[in-house]
Amino acid sequence: MILEMKHIKKSFDDLEVLKDINIGIKPGEIISIIGPSGSGKSTLLRCATGLETQDSGEIVYEDGAKFGLVFQNFNLFPHMSVLQNVMDAPVQVMKKDKETAKAEAMKWLDKMGLADRADAYPCQLSGGMQQRVAIARALAKDPDILFFDEPTSALDPELTGEVLKVIKSLADLHIAMVIVTHEMAFAKDISDEVIFMEKGVIVDRGTPDELFASDNPRTQEFLGRYNNI
Amino acid sequence: MTFATMLSTMSEGMLRTIGIFVITLVGSLPLGFVMYFMKKSKIKPISVITKVFIEIMRGTPLMLQLLVWYFGPYYLFGWGIGNWRFGAICVGFVLNYAAYFAEIYRGGIESIPRGQYEAAQILGYTKNQTFIRIILPQVVKIILPSITNEVITLVKDTSLAFTLAYQEVFSLAQQLSASQTSFMPFVIAGVFYFVANYLVSIGMTKVESAFDYYD
Repeated sequence: MILEMKHIKKSFDDLEVLKDINIGIKPGEIISIIGPSGSGKSTLLRCATGLETQDSGEIVYEDGAKFGLVFQNFNLFPHMSVLQNVMDAPVQVMKKDKETAKAEAMKWLDKMGLADRADAYPCQLSGGMQQRVAIARALAKDPDILFFDEPTSALDPELTGEVLKVIKSLADLHIAMVIVTHEMAFAKDISDEVIFMEKGVIVDRGTPDELFASDNPRTQEFLGRYNNI
Repeated sequence: MTFATMLSTMSEGMLRTIGIFVITLVGSLPLGFVMYFMKKSKIKPISVITKVFIEIMRGTPLMLQLLVWYFGPYYLFGWGIGNWRFGAICVGFVLNYAAYFAEIYRGGIESIPRGQYEAAQILGYTKNQTFIRIILPQVVKIILPSITNEVITLVKDTSLAFTLAYQEVFSLAQQLSASQTSFMPFVIAGVFYFVANYLVSIGMTKVESAFDYYD
């Protein structure tokens, strides 16, 4: 296991957001977490990445495993160019030399289809492009596991597709991915396992085929809301 | 007295005014940072004292503060104040402006979204790296217009040194006007302040435009 989350509990004041969550992620595995707003999906990612501290339970990474996080709102650094956004952490944090970091950053930007926008600033790009820069920035730290916190929720519908497409293109890199998403077709298509969370508990889980054909009434009800659209 | 003589008499005052201006900026811009961090300190007495101090600096007239810094040591401790005039002016101006700058810095720093800190944390930046590489450059851009306002106010506020009978350009203008029964010294002083602020304005616009490369 590259990451094991055991018995994770987390409350904000009186509100129990996570109630005894257990998830293990194998190297290269792709897990989608679906569920209604307020079900604790994002909080789980924030605990896994250290942005929040769980009240109890254990989060264990394999030795030396590195993680990255792609935010809903991108959180690019507005004062840095696209290229600087991607190569700054490798240079400043990982102490890579500038030429190496630049070459690698350009490789990731190319994979994201943004090599020609390397000198642009985030404010000059569409939301979809900004999110692809953010993905390149996360990849530049050579993560073993990459978390996506609703990566397309802040995007206009017509920009969602381009971001989902590049996330899908990462599957052959054998980086484990945990994706919180409301894009059901995407989750079904890309995942090894789909987890359905509601009110802080894992209600249902399985392969996409199992989960999307689940006879659990709550799963059916949740998925039904999407099918009606 | 000819216009040329007036001008040369007042030019010494102009130099003193510029002196107050430069010393105040050089002292208060960094000290404002120190005050901001003291106010944010986790050590309660430091943060409370700093907070009260900033409120007093901003809540009372600078003219009054200058008098307190000048005469305070004598009334409180019985110290002689013979050579303390310029010292009191420097202390008064630097502390007062530092308090304003501390609040401007606070406003700027607090306006940076939390997501910037979170992104930096995830990418592995240390706290210092985050502040220096991510937060500070964005803060500078945000606060520059407020800083410009303060600097322009400072140019005019230097005339408050007149309260302590310091011979800067405003004091000299008044003395000359009285002794020469002429209006000209006030015109000279007015033009001096205006030109000084015009230069400040041009300079700050240049600095601000250096940060125009992003929104």
